[in-house]
Amino acid sequence: MSVIDARDLTVAIGGRPVLREINLRVEDGEFVALMGANGSGKSTLVRALTQLWPLTGGTVELFGTPLDRFHDWHRVGFVPQRSTAASGVPASLWEIVASGRLSRRRLLRPLSRADRAAIHDAIEVVGLSHRYNDRVSQLSGGQQQRVLIARALAGEPDLFFLDEPTAGVDLPNQQALARALAELKRRGATILLVAHELGPLAELVDRAVVMRDGRVAFDGEPLADHAVHDPSLGDPHTHHHHVVRPSTDHVPDIRLGPGGRS
Amino acid sequence: MSLAELFSYPFMQRALLAALFTGLAAPAVGTYLVQRRLALMGDGIGHVAVTGVAIGLLTNTSPTWTAVAVAILGAVLIELIRERGHTNGDVALALLFYGGLAGGVLLTGLGGQSAVTLQHYLFGSITTISVADVLVTMGLAVLVIVVCVGLSPQLFATAQDQDFARVAGLNVRAYNMAIAVLGAVSVTVAMRTVGLLLVSALMVVPVATSQQLTRSFRTTLGAAMVLGTLASVGGLVVSAFASNRATVAPGPTIVLLSLAGFVITWPVGIWIRHRARLREPFPSLEPGQHTPTDHPHEHGPDCGHLAVPHDDHVDYVHDGHRHAPHERHYDEH
Repeated sequence: MSVIDARDLTVAIGGRPVLREINLRVEDGEFVALMGANGSGKSTLVRALTQLWPLTGGTVELFGTPLDRFHDWHRVGFVPQRSTAASGVPASLWEIVASGRLSRRRLLRPLSRADRAAIHDAIEVVGLSHRYNDRVSQLSGGQQQRVLIARALAGEPDLFFLDEPTAGVDLPNQQALARALAELKRRGATILLVAHELGPLAELVDRAVVMRDGRVAFDGEPLADHAVHDPSLGDPHTHHHHVVRPSTDHVPDIRLGPGGRS
Repeated sequence: MSLAELFSYPFMQRALLAALFTGLAAPAVGTYLVQRRLALMGDGIGHVAVTGVAIGLLTNTSPTWTAVAVAILGAVLIELIRERGHTNGDVALALLFYGGLAGGVLLTGLGGQSAVTLQHYLFGSITTISVADVLVTMGLAVLVIVVCVGLSPQLFATAQDQDFARVAGLNVRAYNMAIAVLGAVSVTVAMRTVGLLLVSALMVVPVATSQQLTRSFRTTLGAAMVLGTLASVGGLVVSAFASNRATVAPGPTIVLLSLAGFVITWPVGIWIRHRARLREPFPSLEPGQHTPTDHPHEHGPDCGHLAVPHDDHVDYVHDGHRHAPHERHYDEH
Protein backbone atom coordinates (compact mmCIF):
# COMPACT_ATOMS: atom_id res chain seq x y z
CA MET A 1 0.00 0.00 0.00
CA SER A 2 1.38 3.41 -0.97
CA VAL A 3 1.18 6.34 1.43
CA ILE A 4 0.21 8.66 -1.43
CA ASP A 5 -1.37 7.28 -4.59
CA ALA A 6 -2.55 9.88 -7.10
CA ARG A 7 -3.94 8.67 -10.42
CA ASP A 8 -4.68 10.93 -13.38
CA LEU A 9 -4.95 13.83 -10.93
CA THR A 10 -6.25 16.90 -12.75
CA VAL A 11 -6.93 20.34 -11.33
CA ALA A 12 -8.32 23.29 -13.23
CA ILE A 13 -8.55 26.77 -11.75
CA GLY A 14 -10.91 29.17 -13.45
CA GLY A 15 -11.21 26.86 -16.46
CA ARG A 16 -7.46 26.68 -17.02
CA PRO A 17 -5.72 23.35 -16.38
CA VAL A 18 -3.06 23.73 -13.69
CA LEU A 19 -2.33 20.05 -13.10
CA ARG A 20 -2.74 17.61 -15.99
CA GLU A 21 -3.17 13.87 -15.39
CA ILE A 22 -0.54 13.48 -12.72
CA ASN A 23 0.36 9.99 -11.55
CA LEU A 24 2.38 9.94 -8.37
CA ARG A 25 2.99 7.17 -5.84
CA VAL A 26 4.96 7.73 -2.68
CA GLU A 27 5.90 4.71 -0.59
CA ASP A 28 6.19 4.47 3.18
CA GLY A 29 9.33 6.18 4.51
CA GLU A 30 10.29 7.89 1.26
CA PHE A 31 11.66 11.45 1.21
CA VAL A 32 10.47 12.97 -2.06
CA ALA A 33 11.46 16.43 -3.29
CA LEU A 34 8.88 18.05 -5.55
CA MET A 35 10.71 20.55 -7.69
CA GLY A 36 10.19 22.77 -10.70
CA ALA A 37 9.89 26.35 -11.81
CA ASN A 38 7.52 28.89 -10.32
CA GLY A 39 4.04 28.25 -11.64
CA SER A 40 4.78 24.65 -12.62
CA GLY A 41 2.06 23.43 -10.23
CA LYS A 42 4.11 22.14 -7.26
CA SER A 43 2.14 23.97 -4.60
CA THR A 44 -1.19 23.24 -6.28
CA LEU A 45 -0.32 19.54 -6.28
CA VAL A 46 0.30 19.63 -2.52
CA ARG A 47 -2.94 21.57 -2.00
CA ALA A 48 -4.83 19.01 -4.09
CA LEU A 49 -3.31 16.10 -2.13
CA THR A 50 -4.32 17.73 1.19
CA GLN A 51 -7.86 18.45 -0.06
CA LEU A 52 -7.34 22.21 0.05
CA TRP A 53 -8.12 22.36 -3.68
CA PRO A 54 -10.92 20.26 -5.19
CA LEU A 55 -9.86 17.77 -7.87
CA THR A 56 -11.25 18.29 -11.35
CA GLY A 57 -10.51 14.71 -12.29
CA GLY A 58 -8.65 11.59 -11.19
CA THR A 59 -8.32 10.03 -7.75
CA VAL A 60 -6.10 10.45 -4.71
CA GLU A 61 -5.64 7.88 -1.97
CA LEU A 62 -3.84 8.60 1.29
CA PHE A 63 -2.86 5.51 3.30
CA GLY A 64 -5.08 3.47 0.96
CA THR A 65 -8.24 5.53 1.63
CA PRO A 66 -9.78 7.74 -1.09
CA LEU A 67 -9.42 11.42 -0.19
CA ASP A 68 -13.15 12.11 0.14
CA ARG A 69 -13.48 9.33 2.69
CA PHE A 70 -10.21 10.08 4.48
CA HIS A 71 -10.66 11.19 8.10
CA ASP A 72 -7.33 10.29 9.74
CA TRP A 73 -5.99 13.81 9.35
CA HIS A 74 -3.91 13.38 12.50
CA ARG A 75 -1.67 11.12 10.37
CA VAL A 76 -0.94 14.08 8.06
CA GLY A 77 1.30 17.03 8.95
CA PHE A 78 1.16 20.13 6.79
CA VAL A 79 3.59 23.05 6.65
CA PRO A 80 1.88 25.67 4.47
CA GLN A 81 3.78 28.15 2.37
CA ARG A 82 3.82 31.37 4.31
CA SER A 83 6.42 33.88 5.23
CA THR A 84 5.42 34.35 8.86
CA ALA A 85 3.84 32.42 11.70
CA ALA A 86 2.44 35.61 13.26
CA SER A 87 -1.09 37.02 13.06
CA GLY A 88 -2.95 40.07 14.37
CA VAL A 89 -2.60 39.18 18.06
CA PRO A 90 0.58 38.12 19.90
CA ALA A 91 1.04 34.37 20.17
CA SER A 92 3.84 32.52 21.90
CA LEU A 93 5.94 29.88 20.19
CA TRP A 94 4.47 27.26 22.51
CA GLU A 95 0.89 28.23 21.62
CA ILE A 96 1.51 27.99 17.87
CA VAL A 97 3.14 24.58 18.22
CA ALA A 98 0.39 23.42 20.61
CA SER A 99 -2.23 24.23 17.96
CA GLY A 100 -0.65 21.45 15.87
CA ARG A 101 -1.79 18.98 18.51
CA LEU A 102 -5.49 19.73 17.85
CA SER A 103 -5.79 16.96 15.27
CA ARG A 104 -5.39 14.52 18.15
CA ARG A 105 -7.37 16.38 20.84
CA ARG A 106 -11.07 16.16 21.58
CA LEU A 107 -13.27 19.21 22.14
CA LEU A 108 -13.21 20.87 25.56
CA ARG A 109 -10.56 18.55 26.99
CA PRO A 110 -7.44 19.94 28.67
CA LEU A 111 -4.02 18.95 27.34
CA SER A 112 -3.00 15.47 28.45
CA ARG A 113 0.49 14.56 29.58
CA ALA A 114 1.11 12.91 26.19
CA ASP A 115 0.02 16.12 24.42
CA ARG A 116 2.47 18.21 26.45
CA ALA A 117 5.29 15.75 25.84
CA ALA A 118 4.64 15.77 22.07
CA ILE A 119 4.63 19.60 21.98
CA HIS A 120 7.83 19.75 24.00
CA ASP A 121 9.49 17.16 21.77
CA ALA A 122 8.44 19.00 18.59
CA ILE A 123 10.00 22.26 19.81
CA GLU A 124 13.17 20.42 20.76
CA VAL A 125 13.48 18.73 17.35
CA VAL A 126 13.54 22.10 15.56
CA GLY A 127 16.01 23.40 18.13
CA LEU A 128 13.98 26.25 19.62
CA SER A 129 13.59 25.09 23.23
CA HIS A 130 15.27 28.26 24.49
CA ARG A 131 12.57 30.46 22.90
CA TYR A 132 9.59 28.54 24.41
CA ASN A 133 7.57 31.51 25.68
CA ASP A 134 8.75 34.12 23.21
CA ARG A 135 6.38 36.09 21.04
CA VAL A 136 6.56 34.37 17.67
CA SER A 137 6.62 37.66 15.73
CA GLN A 138 9.97 38.43 17.38
CA LEU A 139 11.64 35.38 15.84
CA SER A 140 13.49 35.67 12.55
CA GLY A 141 11.87 34.44 9.34
CA GLY A 142 13.88 31.22 9.39
CA GLN A 143 13.01 30.55 13.02
CA GLN A 144 9.32 31.12 12.23
CA GLN A 145 9.55 28.48 9.49
CA ARG A 146 10.97 26.11 12.10
CA VAL A 147 8.01 26.94 14.37
CA LEU A 148 5.62 25.98 11.55
CA ILE A 149 7.46 22.66 11.16
CA ALA A 150 7.27 22.04 14.90
CA ARG A 151 3.52 22.71 14.73
CA ALA A 152 3.12 20.00 12.08
CA LEU A 153 5.34 17.71 14.15
CA ALA A 154 3.29 18.12 17.34
CA GLY A 155 0.47 16.01 15.89
CA GLU A 156 2.96 13.12 15.47
CA PRO A 157 1.96 12.47 11.84
CA ASP A 158 3.27 9.71 9.58
CA LEU A 159 3.17 11.82 6.42
CA PHE A 160 4.51 15.35 6.01
CA PHE A 161 3.71 17.88 3.31
CA LEU A 162 6.12 20.82 3.37
CA ASP A 163 5.47 23.69 0.96
CA GLU A 164 8.70 25.65 0.30
CA PRO A 165 9.96 25.73 3.90
CA THR A 166 13.35 26.98 2.75
CA ALA A 167 12.15 29.96 0.69
CA GLY A 168 13.88 33.10 1.91
CA VAL A 169 15.57 31.34 4.84
CA ASP A 170 19.22 32.02 5.69
CA LEU A 171 21.82 29.24 5.68
CA PRO A 172 22.06 28.56 9.46
CA ASN A 173 18.27 28.20 9.59
CA GLN A 174 18.28 25.97 6.51
CA GLN A 175 20.79 23.76 8.30
CA ALA A 176 18.56 23.67 11.39
CA LEU A 177 15.64 22.73 9.12
CA ALA A 178 17.74 19.96 7.57
CA ARG A 179 18.58 18.60 11.02
CA ALA A 180 14.87 18.55 11.97
CA LEU A 181 13.90 16.80 8.73
CA ALA A 182 16.74 14.27 9.14
CA GLU A 183 15.33 13.42 12.56
CA LEU A 184 11.86 12.96 11.05
CA LYS A 185 13.28 10.72 8.35
CA ARG A 186 15.12 8.68 10.98
CA ARG A 187 11.80 8.16 12.78
CA GLY A 188 10.37 6.68 9.59
CA ALA A 189 8.12 9.53 8.42
CA THR A 190 7.14 9.86 4.77
CA ILE A 191 7.99 13.34 3.49
CA LEU A 192 6.88 15.25 0.42
CA LEU A 193 8.86 18.48 0.23
CA VAL A 194 8.18 21.27 -2.25
CA ALA A 195 11.33 23.24 -2.94
CA HIS A 196 12.74 25.49 -5.57
CA GLU A 197 16.30 24.78 -4.44
CA LEU A 198 17.30 22.06 -1.99
CA GLY A 199 20.49 23.49 -0.46
CA PRO A 200 21.42 21.58 2.73
CA LEU A 201 18.35 19.34 2.33
CA ALA A 202 19.79 17.69 -0.79
CA GLU A 203 21.48 14.80 1.01
CA LEU A 204 18.19 13.71 2.65
CA VAL A 205 16.27 13.34 -0.60
CA ASP A 206 15.60 9.79 -1.85
CA ARG A 207 13.80 10.75 -5.00
CA ALA A 208 13.12 13.87 -7.04
CA VAL A 209 9.95 14.69 -8.95
CA VAL A 210 10.26 17.66 -11.26
CA MET A 211 7.16 19.39 -12.56
CA ARG A 212 6.76 21.47 -15.65
CA ASP A 213 3.59 23.13 -16.93
CA GLY A 214 1.41 21.05 -14.63
CA ARG A 215 2.89 17.68 -15.62
CA VAL A 216 5.50 15.45 -14.10
CA ALA A 217 8.57 16.04 -16.28
CA PHE A 218 10.98 13.86 -14.34
CA ASP A 219 10.64 11.22 -11.64
CA GLY A 220 13.67 9.38 -10.37
CA GLU A 221 17.06 9.67 -8.68
CA PRO A 222 17.66 12.93 -6.81
CA LEU A 223 19.03 15.67 -9.01
CA ALA A 224 21.57 18.30 -8.21
CA ASP A 225 20.10 21.79 -7.97
CA HIS A 226 21.47 22.75 -11.34
CA ALA A 227 20.14 19.70 -13.16
CA VAL A 228 16.60 20.66 -12.15
CA HIS A 229 17.03 23.86 -14.05
CA ASP A 230 18.04 22.04 -17.20
CA PRO A 231 16.21 23.62 -20.12
CA SER A 232 14.75 20.22 -21.05
CA LEU A 233 12.83 20.43 -17.78
CA GLY A 234 11.51 23.79 -18.77
CA ASP A 235 13.10 26.06 -16.24
CA PRO A 236 15.12 28.87 -17.71
CA HIS A 237 17.01 29.48 -14.51
CA THR A 238 17.55 33.13 -13.80
CA HIS A 239 21.27 33.20 -13.08
CA HIS A 240 22.28 30.95 -15.98
CA HIS A 241 22.39 31.99 -19.56
CA HIS A 242 20.17 29.41 -21.17
CA VAL A 243 18.27 30.35 -24.25
CA VAL A 244 14.74 31.11 -23.10
CA ARG A 245 12.46 28.68 -24.86
CA PRO A 246 9.30 30.10 -26.36
CA SER A 247 6.28 29.44 -24.22
CA THR A 248 4.28 26.39 -25.31
CA ASP A 249 1.14 27.73 -23.70
CA HIS A 250 -2.04 27.87 -25.74
CA VAL A 251 -2.90 31.46 -24.93
CA PRO A 252 -3.53 33.44 -28.09
CA ASP A 253 -0.80 35.98 -28.59
CA ILE A 254 -2.62 39.24 -29.17
CA ARG A 255 -0.60 42.05 -30.59
CA LEU A 256 -1.63 45.28 -32.15
CA GLY A 257 -1.42 45.60 -35.90
CA PRO A 258 0.44 48.49 -37.50
CA GLY A 259 -1.14 51.71 -36.36
CA GLY A 260 -3.61 49.77 -34.24
CA ARG A 261 -5.07 51.12 -31.04
CA SER A 262 -6.22 49.25 -28.03
CA MET B 1 -22.83 61.17 47.06
CA SER B 2 -20.78 58.16 48.10
CA LEU B 3 -20.21 54.99 46.12
CA ALA B 4 -22.52 53.01 48.43
CA GLU B 5 -25.31 55.55 48.01
CA LEU B 6 -24.87 55.51 44.26
CA PHE B 7 -25.26 51.76 44.05
CA SER B 8 -28.28 51.68 46.34
CA TYR B 9 -30.34 52.83 43.37
CA PRO B 10 -31.81 49.81 41.54
CA PHE B 11 -31.20 51.39 38.12
CA MET B 12 -27.49 51.73 38.97
CA GLN B 13 -27.32 48.10 40.10
CA ARG B 14 -28.82 46.99 36.78
CA ALA B 15 -26.44 49.25 34.88
CA LEU B 16 -23.49 47.87 36.83
CA LEU B 17 -24.41 44.27 36.02
CA ALA B 18 -24.85 45.09 32.34
CA ALA B 19 -21.50 46.91 32.24
CA LEU B 20 -19.70 44.05 33.99
CA PHE B 21 -20.93 41.36 31.60
CA THR B 22 -20.51 43.51 28.49
CA GLY B 23 -16.98 44.40 29.49
CA LEU B 24 -16.09 40.71 29.79
CA ALA B 25 -17.81 39.46 26.63
CA ALA B 26 -17.01 42.12 24.00
CA PRO B 27 -13.17 41.90 24.17
CA ALA B 28 -13.34 38.08 24.20
CA VAL B 29 -14.80 38.02 20.68
CA GLY B 30 -12.77 41.10 19.79
CA THR B 31 -9.52 39.18 20.34
CA TYR B 32 -10.40 36.68 17.61
CA LEU B 33 -11.53 39.46 15.27
CA VAL B 34 -8.25 41.32 15.76
CA GLN B 35 -6.34 38.05 15.24
CA ARG B 36 -8.06 37.65 11.85
CA ARG B 37 -7.36 41.30 11.06
CA LEU B 38 -11.10 41.98 10.99
CA ALA B 39 -11.05 44.66 13.67
CA LEU B 40 -13.77 46.66 11.96
CA MET B 41 -16.18 43.76 11.58
CA GLY B 42 -17.86 44.67 14.90
CA ASP B 43 -18.48 48.12 13.52
CA GLY B 44 -20.11 46.66 10.41
CA ILE B 45 -22.33 44.33 12.40
CA GLY B 46 -23.29 47.28 14.59
CA HIS B 47 -24.45 49.23 11.55
CA VAL B 48 -26.54 46.30 10.32
CA ALA B 49 -28.05 45.86 13.78
CA VAL B 50 -29.54 49.37 13.56
CA THR B 51 -32.04 47.98 11.07
CA GLY B 52 -32.83 45.20 13.57
CA VAL B 53 -33.56 47.75 16.30
CA ALA B 54 -35.78 49.73 13.93
CA ILE B 55 -37.74 46.61 12.98
CA GLY B 56 -38.32 45.99 16.68
CA LEU B 57 -39.52 49.55 17.22
CA LEU B 58 -41.73 49.40 14.12
CA THR B 59 -43.39 46.13 15.05
CA ASN B 60 -43.57 46.88 18.78
CA THR B 61 -41.52 43.79 19.65
CA SER B 62 -38.37 43.76 21.79
CA PRO B 63 -35.65 45.65 19.85
CA THR B 64 -33.02 43.49 21.57
CA TRP B 65 -34.25 40.27 19.99
CA THR B 66 -34.86 41.73 16.52
CA ALA B 67 -31.37 43.27 16.73
CA VAL B 68 -29.88 39.86 17.64
CA ALA B 69 -31.65 38.23 14.68
CA VAL B 70 -30.69 40.88 12.11
CA ALA B 71 -27.11 41.17 13.43
CA ILE B 72 -26.60 37.39 13.13
CA LEU B 73 -28.03 37.48 9.61
CA GLY B 74 -25.71 40.36 8.70
CA ALA B 75 -22.67 38.68 10.27
CA VAL B 76 -23.29 35.42 8.39
CA LEU B 77 -23.64 37.39 5.16
CA ILE B 78 -20.38 39.27 5.86
CA GLU B 79 -18.62 35.96 6.57
CA LEU B 80 -19.93 34.42 3.33
CA ILE B 81 -18.70 37.42 1.32
CA ARG B 82 -15.33 37.23 3.07
CA GLU B 83 -15.04 33.47 2.53
CA ARG B 84 -15.53 33.89 -1.20
CA GLY B 85 -12.50 36.14 -1.08
CA HIS B 86 -13.65 38.43 -3.86
CA THR B 87 -11.24 41.24 -4.50
CA ASN B 88 -14.07 43.74 -4.09
CA GLY B 89 -15.32 42.05 -0.93
CA ASP B 90 -14.70 45.16 1.15
CA VAL B 91 -16.93 47.18 -1.17
CA ALA B 92 -19.68 44.61 -0.69
CA LEU B 93 -19.22 44.97 3.06
CA ALA B 94 -19.51 48.75 2.79
CA LEU B 95 -22.79 48.36 0.88
CA LEU B 96 -24.09 46.15 3.69
CA PHE B 97 -22.96 48.54 6.45
CA TYR B 98 -24.51 51.68 5.07
CA GLY B 99 -27.61 49.87 3.84
CA GLY B 100 -28.10 48.68 7.43
CA LEU B 101 -27.61 52.10 8.96
CA ALA B 102 -29.79 53.96 6.44
CA GLY B 103 -32.49 51.30 6.58
CA GLY B 104 -32.59 51.56 10.35
CA VAL B 105 -32.96 55.32 10.41
CA LEU B 106 -35.64 55.21 7.68
CA LEU B 107 -37.66 52.47 9.40
CA THR B 108 -37.54 54.32 12.73
CA GLY B 109 -39.03 57.37 11.06
CA LEU B 110 -41.70 55.28 9.33
CA GLY B 111 -42.65 53.78 12.68
CA GLY B 112 -43.33 57.27 14.01
CA GLN B 113 -40.53 57.01 16.58
CA SER B 114 -38.37 60.01 17.24
CA ALA B 115 -34.64 60.02 16.65
CA VAL B 116 -34.20 60.18 20.43
CA THR B 117 -35.48 56.60 20.78
CA LEU B 118 -32.99 55.38 18.22
CA GLN B 119 -30.25 57.35 19.93
CA HIS B 120 -30.62 55.11 23.00
CA TYR B 121 -29.42 52.26 20.82
CA LEU B 122 -26.87 54.18 18.77
CA PHE B 123 -24.97 55.60 21.74
CA GLY B 124 -26.21 53.42 24.59
CA SER B 125 -28.38 54.21 27.57
CA ILE B 126 -27.20 51.86 30.24
CA THR B 127 -29.01 53.65 33.07
CA THR B 128 -32.46 53.12 31.51
CA ILE B 129 -31.98 49.37 31.04
CA SER B 130 -34.89 47.18 32.23
CA VAL B 131 -34.69 44.05 34.38
CA ALA B 132 -35.60 41.86 31.41
CA ASP B 133 -32.88 43.48 29.29
CA VAL B 134 -30.29 42.94 32.02
CA LEU B 135 -31.18 39.25 32.16
CA VAL B 136 -30.95 38.91 28.37
CA THR B 137 -27.63 40.78 28.35
CA MET B 138 -26.21 38.54 31.08
CA GLY B 139 -27.41 35.34 29.40
CA LEU B 140 -26.00 36.25 26.00
CA ALA B 141 -22.73 37.48 27.52
CA VAL B 142 -22.25 34.20 29.39
CA LEU B 143 -22.86 32.30 26.14
CA VAL B 144 -20.21 34.40 24.35
CA ILE B 145 -17.65 34.01 27.15
CA VAL B 146 -18.16 30.24 27.50
CA VAL B 147 -17.72 29.61 23.77
CA CYS B 148 -14.79 32.02 23.38
CA VAL B 149 -12.86 30.56 26.29
CA GLY B 150 -13.99 26.93 26.00
CA LEU B 151 -13.25 26.56 22.30
CA SER B 152 -10.17 28.79 22.43
CA PRO B 153 -7.69 26.15 21.13
CA GLN B 154 -9.84 25.51 18.03
CA LEU B 155 -10.78 29.15 17.45
CA PHE B 156 -7.14 30.20 17.90
CA ALA B 157 -5.88 27.61 15.40
CA THR B 158 -8.44 28.50 12.70
CA ALA B 159 -7.85 32.22 13.08
CA GLN B 160 -4.07 31.71 13.06
CA ASP B 161 -3.79 29.62 9.89
CA GLN B 162 -6.87 28.44 7.99
CA ASP B 163 -5.06 26.08 5.63
CA PHE B 164 -3.26 24.36 8.45
CA ALA B 165 -6.45 24.04 10.51
CA ARG B 166 -8.26 22.49 7.54
CA VAL B 167 -5.53 19.90 6.99
CA ALA B 168 -5.58 19.18 10.72
CA GLY B 169 -9.19 18.09 10.20
CA LEU B 170 -10.93 21.05 11.87
CA ASN B 171 -14.23 22.26 10.45
CA VAL B 172 -12.86 25.69 9.57
CA ARG B 173 -16.11 26.93 8.08
CA ALA B 174 -18.08 26.14 11.23
CA TYR B 175 -15.55 27.92 13.46
CA ASN B 176 -15.50 30.97 11.16
CA MET B 177 -19.29 31.11 11.31
CA ALA B 178 -19.18 30.68 15.09
CA ILE B 179 -16.95 33.76 15.39
CA ALA B 180 -19.27 35.75 13.12
CA VAL B 181 -22.33 34.75 15.13
CA LEU B 182 -20.59 35.42 18.45
CA GLY B 183 -19.55 38.82 17.12
CA ALA B 184 -23.18 39.59 16.27
CA VAL B 185 -24.36 38.44 19.70
CA SER B 186 -21.78 40.52 21.55
CA VAL B 187 -22.68 43.56 19.44
CA THR B 188 -26.24 43.32 20.70
CA VAL B 189 -25.01 42.64 24.23
CA ALA B 190 -22.97 45.86 24.14
CA MET B 191 -25.73 47.78 22.36
CA ARG B 192 -27.32 49.02 25.58
CA THR B 193 -23.98 49.80 27.25
CA VAL B 194 -21.95 51.76 24.71
CA GLY B 195 -24.34 51.83 21.75
CA LEU B 196 -24.17 50.35 18.26
CA LEU B 197 -21.89 53.04 16.86
CA LEU B 198 -19.29 52.64 19.61
CA VAL B 199 -19.57 48.87 20.09
CA SER B 200 -16.47 48.09 18.06
CA ALA B 201 -14.38 50.21 20.41
CA LEU B 202 -15.19 47.98 23.38
CA MET B 203 -14.36 44.91 21.28
CA VAL B 204 -11.07 46.14 19.85
CA VAL B 205 -9.48 48.79 22.10
CA PRO B 206 -8.94 46.51 25.15
CA VAL B 207 -7.25 43.98 22.83
CA ALA B 208 -5.03 46.67 21.32
CA THR B 209 -4.10 47.76 24.85
CA SER B 210 -3.35 44.31 26.22
CA GLN B 211 -1.23 43.23 23.25
CA GLN B 212 1.17 46.08 23.96
CA LEU B 213 2.33 44.17 27.01
CA THR B 214 1.69 40.48 26.32
CA ARG B 215 3.63 37.76 24.59
CA SER B 216 1.05 34.98 24.31
CA PHE B 217 -2.48 34.67 23.01
CA ARG B 218 -3.98 33.44 26.25
CA THR B 219 -2.69 36.34 28.32
CA THR B 220 -3.84 38.76 25.60
CA LEU B 221 -7.34 37.29 25.75
CA GLY B 222 -7.46 37.33 29.56
CA ALA B 223 -5.96 40.81 29.91
CA ALA B 224 -8.32 42.21 27.27
CA MET B 225 -11.31 40.85 29.21
CA VAL B 226 -10.03 42.38 32.45
CA LEU B 227 -9.31 45.73 30.75
CA GLY B 228 -12.74 45.71 29.08
CA THR B 229 -14.42 45.15 32.45
CA LEU B 230 -12.36 47.88 34.13
CA ALA B 231 -13.22 50.32 31.36
CA SER B 232 -16.95 49.60 31.29
CA VAL B 233 -17.48 49.53 35.07
CA GLY B 234 -15.06 52.42 35.60
CA GLY B 235 -16.68 54.48 32.85
CA LEU B 236 -20.11 53.91 34.37
CA VAL B 237 -18.97 55.00 37.85
CA VAL B 238 -17.08 58.05 36.52
CA SER B 239 -20.06 59.20 34.48
CA ALA B 240 -22.44 58.67 37.41
CA PHE B 241 -20.29 60.81 39.72
CA ALA B 242 -19.67 63.47 37.09
CA SER B 243 -23.34 63.75 36.17
CA ASN B 244 -23.94 65.90 39.27
CA ARG B 245 -22.18 68.74 37.50
CA ALA B 246 -22.70 68.09 33.81
CA THR B 247 -24.44 65.70 31.44
CA VAL B 248 -21.91 62.89 31.08
CA ALA B 249 -23.13 59.97 28.97
CA PRO B 250 -21.81 56.57 30.16
CA GLY B 251 -21.24 55.10 26.66
CA PRO B 252 -18.67 57.61 25.43
CA THR B 253 -17.06 57.74 28.90
CA ILE B 254 -16.48 53.98 28.77
CA VAL B 255 -14.93 54.20 25.32
CA LEU B 256 -12.73 57.18 26.21
CA LEU B 257 -11.56 55.46 29.41
CA SER B 258 -10.66 52.41 27.36
CA LEU B 259 -8.76 54.59 24.89
CA ALA B 260 -6.95 56.30 27.77
CA GLY B 261 -5.72 52.85 28.82
CA PHE B 262 -4.30 52.36 25.35
CA VAL B 263 -2.60 55.76 25.33
CA ILE B 264 -0.89 54.90 28.64
CA THR B 265 0.31 51.41 27.61
CA TRP B 266 1.36 52.28 24.08
CA PRO B 267 4.72 53.91 24.99
CA VAL B 268 5.37 51.03 27.41
CA GLY B 269 4.77 48.58 24.55
CA ILE B 270 7.16 50.48 22.29
CA TRP B 271 9.80 50.41 25.00
CA ILE B 272 9.33 46.66 25.63
CA ARG B 273 9.61 45.86 21.91
CA HIS B 274 12.68 48.08 21.66
CA ARG B 275 14.32 46.19 24.54
CA ALA B 276 13.43 42.85 22.93
CA ARG B 277 15.02 43.91 19.64
CA LEU B 278 18.23 44.88 21.42
CA ARG B 279 18.39 41.45 23.04
CA GLU B 280 18.02 39.66 19.70
CA PRO B 281 21.11 37.53 19.12
CA PHE B 282 23.23 38.63 16.19
CA PRO B 283 23.90 36.08 13.45
CA SER B 284 27.30 34.54 14.14
CA LEU B 285 29.90 36.33 12.08
CA GLU B 286 32.98 34.76 10.60
CA PRO B 287 35.97 35.35 12.89
CA GLY B 288 38.08 38.28 11.82
CA GLN B 289 35.13 40.51 10.94
CA HIS B 290 35.54 42.87 13.86
CA THR B 291 36.21 46.56 13.94
CA PRO B 292 38.19 47.63 17.02
CA THR B 293 37.19 50.90 18.66
CA ASP B 294 38.86 52.98 21.34
CA HIS B 295 36.51 53.44 24.20
CA PRO B 296 37.43 54.94 27.55
CA HIS B 297 34.43 53.52 29.44
CA GLU B 298 34.94 50.26 31.35
CA HIS B 299 31.88 47.98 30.85
CA GLY B 300 30.93 45.60 33.62
CA PRO B 301 27.95 43.96 35.28
CA ASP B 302 26.93 47.17 37.04
CA CYS B 303 27.75 49.77 34.40
CA GLY B 304 24.09 50.31 33.49
CA HIS B 305 24.41 49.33 29.84
CA LEU B 306 22.30 46.45 28.57
CA ALA B 307 24.36 43.25 28.54
CA VAL B 308 23.59 40.72 25.81
CA PRO B 309 25.16 37.24 25.67
CA HIS B 310 26.79 36.71 22.27
CA ASP B 311 28.37 33.30 21.59
CA ASP B 312 31.25 32.99 24.10
CA HIS B 313 31.29 36.56 25.42
CA VAL B 314 29.03 39.42 26.48
CA ASP B 315 28.17 42.45 24.35
CA TYR B 316 27.16 45.81 25.78
CA VAL B 317 24.61 48.04 24.09
CA HIS B 318 26.04 51.51 24.00
CA ASP B 319 24.80 54.60 22.11
CA GLY B 320 22.86 52.57 19.55
CA HIS B 321 25.56 49.97 18.83
CA ARG B 322 26.91 46.85 20.47
CA HIS B 323 30.45 46.06 21.37
CA ALA B 324 32.43 43.62 23.45
CA PRO B 325 35.74 44.02 25.28
CA HIS B 326 38.55 42.32 23.36
CA GLU B 327 42.10 42.41 24.68
CA ARG B 328 42.77 46.12 25.17
CA HIS B 329 40.10 47.55 22.91
CA TYR B 330 36.39 47.05 22.06
CA ASP B 331 35.07 45.05 19.12
CA GLU B 332 32.06 46.46 17.31
CA HIS B 333 29.32 44.02 16.42
